[in-house]
Amino acid sequence: MTSSMVEISSLRKSYGANEVLKSVDLQVARGEVTCLIGPSGSGKSTLLRCINQLEKHDAGILRVDGELIGYQLRNGKLYERSERELCEDRAAIGMVFQRFNLFPHLTVLENVTIGQVRVKGVNVAQAQAKARELLARVGLDAKESHYPAQLSGGQQQRVAIARALAMEPKLMLFDEPTSALDPELVGEVLDVMKDLARSGMTMVVVTHEMGFAREVADSVYFLDAGVIEESGDPREVLVRPASQRLQDFLSKVL
Amino acid sequence: MPDEASSSTPVVVPLRHPLRWVASAVVAVLVAMFVHTLFSKIPSGQTVCQQVNGQRVCGPQQVWRFGWTEVFHYLTDPLVVQGVEMTLFVTVMAMIIGFVLGLIIAIMRMSSNRLLSSIAWLYTWFFRGTPVYVQLLFWFNIAILYQSFTLGIPFTHAFTLATISSNSIFTVIRAAIIAFGLNEAAYFAEIARGGLLSVDEGQLEAAKAIGMTRLQSLRFIIVPQAMRVIIPPSGNEVISMLKTTSIAVAIGLPELLYQTENIAARTYQIVPMLIVASLWYLAVTTVLSVGQFYVERHFAKGALRTLPPTPVQRIRADFAGSFVGRRWRMR
Repeated sequence: MTSSMVEISSLRKSYGANEVLKSVDLQVARGEVTCLIGPSGSGKSTLLRCINQLEKHDAGILRVDGELIGYQLRNGKLYERSERELCEDRAAIGMVFQRFNLFPHLTVLENVTIGQVRVKGVNVAQAQAKARELLARVGLDAKESHYPAQLSGGQQQRVAIARALAMEPKLMLFDEPTSALDPELVGEVLDVMKDLARSGMTMVVVTHEMGFAREVADSVYFLDAGVIEESGDPREVLVRPASQRLQDFLSKVL
Repeated sequence: MPDEASSSTPVVVPLRHPLRWVASAVVAVLVAMFVHTLFSKIPSGQTVCQQVNGQRVCGPQQVWRFGWTEVFHYLTDPLVVQGVEMTLFVTVMAMIIGFVLGLIIAIMRMSSNRLLSSIAWLYTWFFRGTPVYVQLLFWFNIAILYQSFTLGIPFTHAFTLATISSNSIFTVIRAAIIAFGLNEAAYFAEIARGGLLSVDEGQLEAAKAIGMTRLQSLRFIIVPQAMRVIIPPSGNEVISMLKTTSIAVAIGLPELLYQTENIAARTYQIVPMLIVASLWYLAVTTVLSVGQFYVERHFAKGALRTLPPTPVQRIRADFAGSFVGRRWRMR
């Protein structure tokens, strides 16, 4: 078994004639935070969504915790496994979306319990106890009977993080978690994420928050036009970018 | 001083609407005239005599214009009540077939398999494209096309497990239920598809991301949210179905209109029997509308910050002070 939580090699993905990922390699070590940065359309969200197979890739190896997510490798080909097996693999990977995607017809508490009850088969009382503990951790224990529409964007995103954590994931994916938030609400979400990083969670974060990347990330990957242009320690890559592309990008976002 | 305050900050005076008063008066007079005719009497053409103070007085008989006496008499006639029961039974059974089959067709229509989605499209095309009356007659006469149904190996007669004659399957009641149910499925499929499409794509992704299968996502996440969009037109469909069952008079289904028409043919009480039927249809649709309100309210959870008040809550609020102020104000 390798020490990497995520191992990606020669990953390719096209939408029709448009090749969005051109042979991408990426390694995420256990307990580390990796940030994916790059201009919009660079393929960073697609790469993230391939990790839990919300997008199916066309070719290449993608392992999480040593397992191929939803595939079986035979004779040099990846055979899709059944939906149930894919769902089991997915349940161990938490995901937080740009637009929160909380279930609007369920209360905050139900949002955090539904996966535990319906997917993992935990009994309701236990699921609620765990949900309350997680809601306290993201500072929202007082809001458990509210509906998502009654919460601010920052609160909704914290509930979404609690919902993902309730499945006890070994890896957390964040797809631009603060991009849809009012500026004054960004901090509360980043604080929860920093706290999560300190607790040793392995995280892959697509972000435009360069401050967060510099402060929290163990490594940074810069994608441009489906290719990883530069990667490495954020204090190195973000401070002294080698490529012209990254220099241009950073001069625009900072 | 309060006076000074009000004179220095101008208060908004709403625009008056005198024409609304005129229109209201005209409408009120027309309504009064109609109500008057509802409860007026006309001579029946017969003469009645009665004893008044020991003297025999004769004059033309006066009866209700709308035949309220007969209406009241036949409203709870056992045959009429049986007719109501049959109407409700056929409506409920047809709607169950319509909802279940309609949902299946909606999901087939959205399938990425071209054959499945084409068949679903063809189904809707055919059943929406021909009159339900024609379909009803078709199912009733199906024995002309297929004398019997056989369970065995397709395209051969080599091996048969069971054979049933068409006439024993397609009784009047079953022909009506199948005709209305299959027709309803075509309409409900479109309603269900609209509802499912109205749910944000991110919901399915979020459900998948916590490890739900497609079926679990539909059941726990997508369908409950789609219901908010599906229910108002479905309420329409139920009410429409209740009334559509009356065309099964054509194949002799003993439902409400069939029974009242029979009584009318026997007693010549044509208008009163039509009123009896109308009153029953109105009563049932009223109950259904009230039910729809509460079902809609249930599925509005989370979509609205505050739920709309129930009629009882609204009446209470009206009596608590806003009665004159809000709902009945006319300027």
